[in-house]
Amino acid sequence: MSLIVQNVSKSFTNFAALHEVSFEARPREFLALLGPSGSGKTTLLRLLAGLDQPNSGSITFEGEDFLQLNARERRVGMVFQSYALFRHMTVAQNIAFGLDVRPGKERPSKADIKAKVESLLSLIQMEDFGKRFPTQLSGGQRQRVALARALAISPRLLLLDEPFGALDALVRKDLRRWLRKIHDETGVTTVFVTHDQEEALDLADRVVVLKDGEIEQIGEPLELYRQPRTAFVFDFLGHANIAQGALSGGKVAFDGFSVPAASSAADGQVTVRFRPFDSEVSRTGPGFAGKVLSVLPAGANLRLEVRLSDGTVYETQHAHSSDASTLHAGDDVFVRPTKVYAFA
Amino acid sequence: MSARAPTLPKTAGAIGLTATAILWLGLIIVLPLVVVIFEAVKEGPSPYLAALAQPDTISAIQLTLLVAAIAVPLNAIFGLAAAWCITRFEFKGKGILLTILDLPFTISPVISGLVWILLFGANGWFGGWLRENDIKIVFALPGLVLATVLVTLPFVARELIPLMIDQGTDEEVAAVTLGARGWDVFFRITLPNIKWALLYGVLLCTARAMGEFGAVSVVSGHIRGLTNTLPLQIEILHYQYESVAAFACASILTGLALITLVLKTLLEWRFAGELAAHRRH
Repeated sequence: MSLIVQNVSKSFTNFAALHEVSFEARPREFLALLGPSGSGKTTLLRLLAGLDQPNSGSITFEGEDFLQLNARERRVGMVFQSYALFRHMTVAQNIAFGLDVRPGKERPSKADIKAKVESLLSLIQMEDFGKRFPTQLSGGQRQRVALARALAISPRLLLLDEPFGALDALVRKDLRRWLRKIHDETGVTTVFVTHDQEEALDLADRVVVLKDGEIEQIGEPLELYRQPRTAFVFDFLGHANIAQGALSGGKVAFDGFSVPAASSAADGQVTVRFRPFDSEVSRTGPGFAGKVLSVLPAGANLRLEVRLSDGTVYETQHAHSSDASTLHAGDDVFVRPTKVYAFA
Repeated sequence: MSARAPTLPKTAGAIGLTATAILWLGLIIVLPLVVVIFEAVKEGPSPYLAALAQPDTISAIQLTLLVAAIAVPLNAIFGLAAAWCITRFEFKGKGILLTILDLPFTISPVISGLVWILLFGANGWFGGWLRENDIKIVFALPGLVLATVLVTLPFVARELIPLMIDQGTDEEVAAVTLGARGWDVFFRITLPNIKWALLYGVLLCTARAMGEFGAVSVVSGHIRGLTNTLPLQIEILHYQYESVAAFACASILTGLALITLVLKTLLEWRFAGELAAHRRH
């Protein structure tokens, strides 16, 4: 293991930001800390960077006690949502900063620094931008420079705090691919904070889901998606339709039909959840009776909204070629889940 | 920078208001300026120069510059430190510190002078001890400096605080994670980001320091050639009906004020984006 976080707690004057958090990052791993705002993910990142101290717990990196080292000594590269580029320095000066400030004997020669800056500029595909100032760059370019600046010190660990939060959707997607490529090329262990589940699932080798300062689940993207351990993880990773039913022997019985359940709950009346793509619609039933509100394209699928008689709205997804494509707003239909989840 | 603010249509009322404002400024500011220059040179250049060449006047000019040269750097350092701790740290009593910082703006300069008399004067709290140890504070240079420091205390800090709040700490935090030490962070990141605002604050502070009358008047003792600053010298000359000499001195102060104004305008024109006063739209 390269990064080991054990039982870390951190509280501020009037609230506990983190409670007994433990996780590990493997060498060269790309780990995402995913959670809504207030879940403690940025606090955790600041602890890793040495910008704050935990109240209890331990953080070690490659066997070394990180808590004994200050932010400067940890040699951790950090990238901020706000970019935090030095506004009075050129792109090249920004990238060179971490090498320039090294004390005399550790500082590389001017020529070495220049060569390093040039290789990083080419890594971020901005060879011709060295003499520009941050204000002359787009948001995406600024974030690339910020990453190059962090990589210049050959960090042992790279920390990214919502790096794409301030960018628009298209640039974000583009940079995501690019970041993953850079990570694979440099191989530096990376911890990445985000509140965007799509981003976390798309980028990370493993995802740590945080809620109210505690870890809900740790797993690979597919694992989280297929085997969510709590209702929170299920709801956070995608759209959830909610229904009530009777759980017994791995099946949930509804009014006139029953469905296989992935369950951690005890038998009896339960609240279940199902995904839009784990459902069928038909004109005859069985299923939950409702009226189609809208039929809209959602990429490779059709997305339906169906309102039940009690006002609940279900979202369902189907192939364009399925029967659902013959439905229109106002049609009477039955929604029938094919797989449901019940959480304790 | 923000877009140009929308303007109201030019009506008779608007033109009238503008004209009133210009007339008022002319009456209150431009006319006195003209009078100062006119009175100073009305008897020709040689009486003007002779007035400035008086030993008491020369020593008053020197004293004024000396007081400013000590007080302004002190307040620049204090202002930097205060702005740094107020914008970079959370601590109890921050609100009180901010309020106290503004006190010199609101209390009468006479009080700012009087406190030093009460503390260090012959009958003051520390008066006896100072006399025994032969240390002179009031009616001497240290008193003049203290009074000036107190009056001009807020200028630098007040200019820096809004700018430093606006700039945030991300750049400094980034520098630390990149391996920069405390002084490196200050000299390479913090200072370059605030240098023009600092200069602006220093400029305002200097102008006020050289022109200060009330507080300085209380602690000076008006010893000619020794503790008379330029504003005090002008008062003395005026009461002695040495009108040309008084206005000659006044023209020096006015000249210093005009130079400050030009520098201030240059800074505002060239570095508007890096000055706090121009960030509040």
